[in-house]
Amino acid sequence: MYAGTPPAMLSANGGASGPFDHDTPPEKPAGHYSRSRFERVLRAGHFAVTAELAPPDSVDPDEVYRRAAVFDGWVDAINATDGSGANVHMSAVSICALLTRAGYSPVMQMSCRDRNRIAMQGDVLGAAAMGVGCILCLTGDGVQVGDQPGAKPVFDLGSVSLLRMIRYMRDEKRFLSGRPLTKGPEVFLGAAENPFSPPYEFRPLRLKKKVEAGAQFIQTQYCFDIPLFRRFMDRVCDMGLHEKVFILVGVGALPSARTARWVRSHVPGVHIPEECVRRLEQAQNPAAEGRKLCVELMQQIKETRGVSGIHVMSPRQEQYLGEIVKESGVLGGRRPFCRGDPQLPMAQPAHHGV
Amino acid sequence: MYAMRRWSVRHARGLEWLYDTFAAFMLMLDPLWRRIGYERLEGPAATVEKAVKGFLFDCRMCGHCVLSHTGMSCPMNCPKALRNGPCGGVRPDGMCEIEPEMRCVWIEAYEGSLRMRNPGNIETINGHIDETFKNRSSWLRVTHEAAEARRGLREASAADLVRGRN
Repeated sequence: MYAGTPPAMLSANGGASGPFDHDTPPEKPAGHYSRSRFERVLRAGHFAVTAELAPPDSVDPDEVYRRAAVFDGWVDAINATDGSGANVHMSAVSICALLTRAGYSPVMQMSCRDRNRIAMQGDVLGAAAMGVGCILCLTGDGVQVGDQPGAKPVFDLGSVSLLRMIRYMRDEKRFLSGRPLTKGPEVFLGAAENPFSPPYEFRPLRLKKKVEAGAQFIQTQYCFDIPLFRRFMDRVCDMGLHEKVFILVGVGALPSARTARWVRSHVPGVHIPEECVRRLEQAQNPAAEGRKLCVELMQQIKETRGVSGIHVMSPRQEQYLGEIVKESGVLGGRRPFCRGDPQLPMAQPAHHGV
Repeated sequence: MYAMRRWSVRHARGLEWLYDTFAAFMLMLDPLWRRIGYERLEGPAATVEKAVKGFLFDCRMCGHCVLSHTGMSCPMNCPKALRNGPCGGVRPDGMCEIEPEMRCVWIEAYEGSLRMRNPGNIETINGHIDETFKNRSSWLRVTHEAAEARRGLREASAADLVRGRN
């Protein structure tokens, strides 16, 4: 087998069933937009957990599988980032190709920074052909923050027009030019939102725009400020948006006060209140305290009205993901996909009005 | 000019009135524009538009003017050219993620929209840019389209009258 050997293809499926695992139905369930496990979990009304995979700086596919393996049994979908922080890594579309071969349910992130509409439409078709069921539409960080500040920023589309474009490809089975597709991409569409960045009053309206443009799920920026988050969610629920879109809230474990300060000043849009930093500073074991803080945030987030799940982003701390998710109890005893499992109970579809 | 651009947002209400009046005036002169020819007017109109809007809004002549939806803050001044709201990277002090010395154009837009007659316009979804419209007059195109729509309506009603007689 070329380009690495997805372990699932060697075990349960004996390598015979192609890129899709036993848990993926051949047809999408009624009322669904994709065959993705992630969409099924959300529509069944479960509290979902997703995690971000750190893309390798390598051509070794086993690095992708090793990084994905730590999430086994803990997450419903794995996000493949697209040059996040404007740094070059293995591309999202290729990480997704590897992940779908092993039976994972990836969320492919697409940023508008590096490609124009011609390249993006081509990638949407290719990704869907390889079994990608979820696409997260992002604007993308500016090139200035990354390792190639001399690159030309593209931004031919923005996140909202990207959502509209992919929805048009899916629902009308046409390219943006109107040229017909013989088969449209069956994808569950997502977008990001940052409730923790000004203008705070405008953020719920921006979410509404994204929902109107086609967003079916939302993954937010890191949440460290529960009062600010609840104010945002109150407004979102007042507008009835929580019934139209599944909202997953971003969390992460901070390993030290120094890292917290660095992230706050260097990563655009991350808001970390001073009391969180102080808590880490005063702790005897800051890394353990950071994980404890993350667990507490997850529990408080789950209790917030209108929230459908958690999105864990913990660069270089992925090995603790299982421990954090288990401690928080957000899965409520449910066991998400694990490559080794012979048979998984398939989530029963329930309509959620999306 | 940055200071002028911010002045325009502070005076969004007045500029909105000026714009509406100007649009009505342009539409009134449609017979004249048609006589000269819209295509022939393109060059001079784009030059005037670029000078005026460049001065007031730091206009980039994208050809898809949406100032009435964005509180008179031109979204093309956003380094990511975002046309539907701010990105998630806006700094806590309201400054741009990429150009820290510039206020986020969408913070400006939101403030400007609150001063306008219909603040809800900012919720309109603006479509993607068609690059072939770049450096063309948006005033002329809007006038032309409005005039054609109006003529279309008139022609339809005339046709209805004819049908009624038959």
